[in-house]
Amino acid sequence: MKKNKEKRNLFSIEILGIALGLLWIAPFYLMLVNAFKTKREIFSGVLGLPESLALENFKQAFIDLEFLKSLFNSVLITGLSIAVIILFSSMAGYALARNKSKLSGIIFFTFVAAMLIPFQSVMIPLVSIFGQANMLNAGGLVFMYLGFGCSLSIFLYHGAMTGVSKTMDEAAIIDGANRFQLFWYIIFPLLKPISVTVGILNTIWIWNDYLLPSLVLSEANATIPLKMFYFFGQYTKQWHLALAGLTIAIIPVIIGYFFAQKQIIKGVSEGAVK
Amino acid sequence: MHNRNIWFWLFLTPVILGLGLVVVIPFIYGFIFSFTDWNGLTATKFLGFEHYINLFQEDEFMSSIWFTVKFAVVTVILLNIMGLGLALLVTRNIKTNNLLRTVFFMPNLIGGLILGFIWQFIFVSVFDDIGTLFGIENLQGWLSTTSTGFWGLVILTAWQMAGYIMIIYIAYLENIPKDLIEAAKIDGANGLQRFKSITFPLVAPAFTVSMFLTLSMAFKIYDQNLSLTNGGPFNSTQMVAMEIVRTAFSDNQMAYAQAKAVIFFLIVAVIALTQVYYNKKREVEM
Repeated sequence: MKKNKEKRNLFSIEILGIALGLLWIAPFYLMLVNAFKTKREIFSGVLGLPESLALENFKQAFIDLEFLKSLFNSVLITGLSIAVIILFSSMAGYALARNKSKLSGIIFFTFVAAMLIPFQSVMIPLVSIFGQANMLNAGGLVFMYLGFGCSLSIFLYHGAMTGVSKTMDEAAIIDGANRFQLFWYIIFPLLKPISVTVGILNTIWIWNDYLLPSLVLSEANATIPLKMFYFFGQYTKQWHLALAGLTIAIIPVIIGYFFAQKQIIKGVSEGAVK
Repeated sequence: MHNRNIWFWLFLTPVILGLGLVVVIPFIYGFIFSFTDWNGLTATKFLGFEHYINLFQEDEFMSSIWFTVKFAVVTVILLNIMGLGLALLVTRNIKTNNLLRTVFFMPNLIGGLILGFIWQFIFVSVFDDIGTLFGIENLQGWLSTTSTGFWGLVILTAWQMAGYIMIIYIAYLENIPKDLIEAAKIDGANGLQRFKSITFPLVAPAFTVSMFLTLSMAFKIYDQNLSLTNGGPFNSTQMVAMEIVRTAFSDNQMAYAQAKAVIFFLIVAVIALTQVYYNKKREVEM
């Protein structure tokens, strides 16, 4: 009797969940359905299914977004930034965790405190300084991502180091390894789980970043969000093309999410709770 | 001893250069130049607090702060209710719980700029069509008034971020010992009582974390603002972040924009530090 009531309860919760889930993906559904319509069809109604599939929307959007080029730029900039952030932040997290002095405490605190500074507060002088140094380009952008990304990453690596025993260091030093070998061959592999978290958190942010690339990159080197902005401006009131472009732009993310959803959700939850 | 210090500094050099050149130096540099007539390259005159006095008398800047504060209050409340609600839903023993987590979290992975464009379509075209179909006039002309623009931004943000806040609440919900709930069940506590006396107090720390995140996120929002309403109509939905970017790069008033950025930093820092203080105080009590 009681079991039955519980079962019925769970069933209604399940229904509620599915209803909410459908509501959640409705915007994506509406985007996709209308991306297949002609301009006239969208004008006469956005709720129905398309009469025929207007694949030329996608073709045109693909060309105008210079999609392969923007994708390449996004992959290159995000990939390089993540590699640099993981390598240098793990080294710093290790050094700060192993060297317990007052100075290293101050350095660690400075990195953590820098997280308080919103991007807009440094944006104008940053662009000015990097502009004068001729560094408003992809290389400069990667370096900027290191600067903005290292704080949280060092914080996470520093926390993870408490789980790595100091006897590892001692044994390796006795065996004749120098600090770089010790770090690279012994410590870094042990930090792999946290590297995954650091990589995921930074990828989500850097891949989607719009404002910083818009200040640094020219249209020829645009990443996907930046190119999307120009593209959208060109096609206001032409929703059939705009929606096809938006669909194309989010496909790489959906594919990535499909393959790594477990790690992504785990990484985000670890990053948020620590 | 000496040898130990060399590797220590070598390991730290790249990130010190990164943080120093990208955050610390620009921060100090910008602070100093906010007191001058800096044009982005050179400054000729020291102006003292002139920019700071002016910005507090500028309607556009003050209204952007006011708009941002209202937005932050509404989204923080809404996101925490939705985040906890969704977390309670997907931690139940239902078949679709993993699928639902994936779905609710999905918008977080797609950039705010792109999501803003998608929702612009929803508000402008889909709402309009639904309004015509069912004769609901309120659904027409969304984003064309201050209040629909405000609620448009709230809806977009709630939809995008609720899944993220959900993840935080899930992490805390899953740490609640199962036997505590079981014991309460045996003692005859109903679902509401169990939630009130066990679940809610034990997820309270999650509230502190997510309040910090949602507050700072709400204050710094830019991309969604740009792509959904572009600050319009008549700058009425322009938040502080966008207001600073505009002053700097559209109006070309670098020093003045930097003064606004300094005020922006102070607001964000005060909120964050108040949070930390509140958090610490509570930890002591526990």
